[in-house]
Amino acid sequence: MIEFTDVRVRLGQRDVLFDITLSLPERRVGVIGANGSGKSTLARLINGLALPSSGAVTVLGLDTRRQGAKIRRRVGFLFTDPDAQIVMPTVAEDMAFSLRRKGLPAGEISRRVGEVLVRYGLDEYADHPAHHLSGGQKQLLALCSIMVLEPDILVMDEPTTLLDLRHSRQVAEVLRTLPQQVVVVTHDLALLADFDRVLVLDQGRVVADAEPEAAIGHYRKIME
Amino acid sequence: MTGYYVPGDSLLHRLPAGAKLLGLAVLCTLLLLFPSPLAPVVAVVLVASLYVVSGVGFTAAWAQIRPIRWFAVALFAMQWAFVDLLGAATSTARVVIAVALAGLVTLTTRTTAMMAFLERCLAPARFVGLDPFRLSLLLSLTVRSVPVVAGLATRVREAQRARGVEWSVRAFAVPLVVSALRHADALGEALSARGLDD
Repeated sequence: MIEFTDVRVRLGQRDVLFDITLSLPERRVGVIGANGSGKSTLARLINGLALPSSGAVTVLGLDTRRQGAKIRRRVGFLFTDPDAQIVMPTVAEDMAFSLRRKGLPAGEISRRVGEVLVRYGLDEYADHPAHHLSGGQKQLLALCSIMVLEPDILVMDEPTTLLDLRHSRQVAEVLRTLPQQVVVVTHDLALLADFDRVLVLDQGRVVADAEPEAAIGHYRKIME
Repeated sequence: MTGYYVPGDSLLHRLPAGAKLLGLAVLCTLLLLFPSPLAPVVAVVLVASLYVVSGVGFTAAWAQIRPIRWFAVALFAMQWAFVDLLGAATSTARVVIAVALAGLVTLTTRTTAMMAFLERCLAPARFVGLDPFRLSLLLSLTVRSVPVVAGLATRVREAQRARGVEWSVRAFAVPLVVSALRHADALGEALSARGLDD
């Protein structure tokens, strides 16, 4: 469960987000809005990459302000640009990276990495240099590197923005099969078709909170 | 050291990272200790044989030397200005051989194995409050940064050309530094998101 209580985020003289009080128990939550409406900040608040100037965000009962590191171990975050989140030179090594940090035995690391590689169709690239992958494969690798940690919640910030239609569909398909709670910030409205709930942000506030069809309709009106 | 691991099952691939790094240090030291002009010749044969044994292929081998080819030419020219031809050739060959050997270690060793070895070596750093994992991560990020910065440089260069600027140091350096700093910020955030800040 993700909860925002009277959250305000102020950067310099500007309120990036304000009056945000939300409870998000749904399995699939989408966040849409114009550029600069505060979507990415809202996503970053969930795993403590951004902190509220006032109010509180609690995730799985933990406060992001005081227990950020604990939360990040249970909440995976997928960024728009996969290049920035690939840390190790090869595919399998990048996936093993966070597991090594957890101190898991080598056998267990290898088993979990192998399993996730097969599940997402990257097994033939295990020893491939990560920077030689296509944009879609890099995004898939970034997702694999998170999934191998078996997070309870997954937050994605515009995961399909840099992808072609085929890879966007692949990510959408993966999203459908994930057992975790997923919060997706996106401009790709088709991605949200079968979501449980969609929030529309405008100038730092939630202006619509409904099932996909109604929320997307509201968003289209704002954008006209 | 800008090469990447080439998967394989050769004797060199199977050797532990520590043994390879120790071997690298010993061979480089021997290269310096033996002043005979024959030493680099023997070393070239040895290094070439090791490359053949490793099975990494000619392209990967050449990729280790290629980035320093102009540096080697400049070094040779400068040396020749101060010492004789044989001396210049010997000292230039030493540098090229050392780089080729270091490249061979990178090509046959997974970064993870290298990091694990460094972590073991750096374990005493814990007593002064340093985290060996973070120290070894520095090595990995350095290797990973080479293609990333090269990619950024290509992008900046293409953007310059698209706007009709054929060559300008300022127009190249400023956006490259800004992009590199942005990438560093994003990478820092990604490391935090992957639990590296605990």
